[in-house]
Amino acid sequence: MKILVPLKRVADPDNANKIKIPAGGATIDTTGLEWKPNPFDEYALEAALRLTENGATPKTRGGEVIVVTFGPKECETTLRAALATGADRAIRVDAKDDELDGSIVAKALRAIVDKEKPDAVVMGKQAVDGDSNQIGQMLAQHLGWPQATFAATIEEEDGALLVGREVDGGVITLRVKLPALVTVDLRIVAPTSVYSKQTKRDFKYNDGVRFAALPAIMAAKKKPLAELKLAELVSDTALKVQYSRFEAPPSRKAGIKVKDVAELVTRLKNEAKVI
Amino acid sequence: MTYLFEDDSHAALRASAKRFAEAHIAPHARAWEEAGLFPRELYSKLAEAGLHGASYPEAHGGGGGDLGHGLVIAEELILAGKSVGTVVGLGSHGIALPPILAAGTAAQRARFVPRVVSGELIAALAITEPGAGSDVAGLRTTARRDGEHYVVDGTKTFITSGTRADLVTVAVRTGGPGHAGVSMLVVERGTPGFTVGKKLDKMGWWASDTAELVFEGCRVPASNLIGDENLGFLLIMQNFATERIFLAGNCVAIAELAYREARAYVRSREAFGKPLAAFQVVRHKLADMASRIAAARALTGEVVTRHLRGEPVPALAAMAKNTATDMCSFVCDQAVQLFGGAGYMRESVVERLYRDARLYPIGGGTREIMNEIICKVEGY
Repeated sequence: MKILVPLKRVADPDNANKIKIPAGGATIDTTGLEWKPNPFDEYALEAALRLTENGATPKTRGGEVIVVTFGPKECETTLRAALATGADRAIRVDAKDDELDGSIVAKALRAIVDKEKPDAVVMGKQAVDGDSNQIGQMLAQHLGWPQATFAATIEEEDGALLVGREVDGGVITLRVKLPALVTVDLRIVAPTSVYSKQTKRDFKYNDGVRFAALPAIMAAKKKPLAELKLAELVSDTALKVQYSRFEAPPSRKAGIKVKDVAELVTRLKNEAKVI
Repeated sequence: MTYLFEDDSHAALRASAKRFAEAHIAPHARAWEEAGLFPRELYSKLAEAGLHGASYPEAHGGGGGDLGHGLVIAEELILAGKSVGTVVGLGSHGIALPPILAAGTAAQRARFVPRVVSGELIAALAITEPGAGSDVAGLRTTARRDGEHYVVDGTKTFITSGTRADLVTVAVRTGGPGHAGVSMLVVERGTPGFTVGKKLDKMGWWASDTAELVFEGCRVPASNLIGDENLGFLLIMQNFATERIFLAGNCVAIAELAYREARAYVRSREAFGKPLAAFQVVRHKLADMASRIAAARALTGEVVTRHLRGEPVPALAAMAKNTATDMCSFVCDQAVQLFGGAGYMRESVVERLYRDARLYPIGGGTREIMNEIICKVEGY
């Protein structure tokens, strides 16, 4: 199976206190921020790797995993990390962050899918920076493919994927015919969440995303990484989403102690106005 | 801040080590420190993640990296795992294996190294004795040749990972007095006559076990001799140089962690109606801590680079160790001070780091011995 996995880098939440908003609030100043892959995208990559291997022999890839990201040259770190964990090749669409919105990325991904003709696109359900949760759904629409969002389990069948989605009150199972689009949720990396046709059903993965050892990190430097221009993929590059203003959340006020439940209720009602 | 020698490969390993430590060390850090031991399975888990032997050759199951890779992995494990004892226990192979890799035969390397790198076996280095610490050339554990064996008699002490070690690289006396009579021998667990005397209670590094090892008529196959007989002293000295770089790196990591803990605390703790960080005296303390960490990191990074270039670095390694240990003691002390009463409580990480830090001007060669080395190389 050939799988395309879109990846996005996001600001490392451990360094969130470094985020600065210049006066006027027109932009966010990203200078000095540290970046890490969007966790849901890492889970998507792990799911794609599991779908293209026999879990018992993870170093042999029984299919192809292509990773793609949008951004400046520095984003190649995200791609190299993915190549080190097992992806076969990478594509970087050269773009600045402020040239992109969900609509443009979905259209550009469609152009890449038309060219690469993967059997499936597996991607994170959303990026943890903007939390938009749009691109998977828009891309499926553009492609006219079946989609299964928020996947917690995936099982490969002949010409289809059996996808378990956690919904209120249980799990709904969808059978999507390939080619198909799947967006994944966090439980997709549990030990028994994903099975390719080669992997035995009693096989258990380690919980979480796999680690890359140093030899794989070094080998990843030699794996193919292509660069594409955004304009080659999308004709209309006008932003559909415009950000009008950014502001930092108000700083937290010091707490107070109340003497009894009656005072607590009064204050919740009259001051906090939450009851 | 990272070391100047780092490239993408170090960044990738840092990310892995951080993720590993957050998942597998941090949740248990306090419990393991209090229990004085971490579970043995952690070695193989670390190995599975490619973080146990990253600096050893691929031919022996390692990652094919160098000292710098090992150093940054240890740093991230300390920063994210917050249990220095666990990390140094996991890392005792870093002083036990290099003599085997440097001077061992192909058969010895193949026999000992891969199973340690895979996490199956635990390796320790045994040099210090009850009667000989800094004075390595005065060691008294003897190894008498008897046919195809050496018969080892003596006691070693302060041995990191000693209670569980499956193979111990031991400094023994095979010849006359002084440094010219010293050899290195690998003694395996289960060899009759080799016993663990007792587990030692320490000031810090609690999660790492430290032991006294006893050899009584212990018959070790002569094929376990590392390098040539009576040429072990040089091996020990070469090994010390990299150990000291590693200890300097530990200090940078411990201080960085103490600094981060203190920085977060002074932002949240309020006194006199405002956060501690709003007081200039507090901010200046942090600025001093950050400056000293940066200086020690710069020197430690420089000695790594020079070592990897093939330059002899015994004096510079000693300078880096002293600079980093002084810095670390200072930073941890200041961190405890910023925490106030909370810093004196066992619940706070800085209390533990303060105790851990005290080892470094002693272990791997004392501060005074470092100065002796510097004096010798400088020629006075």
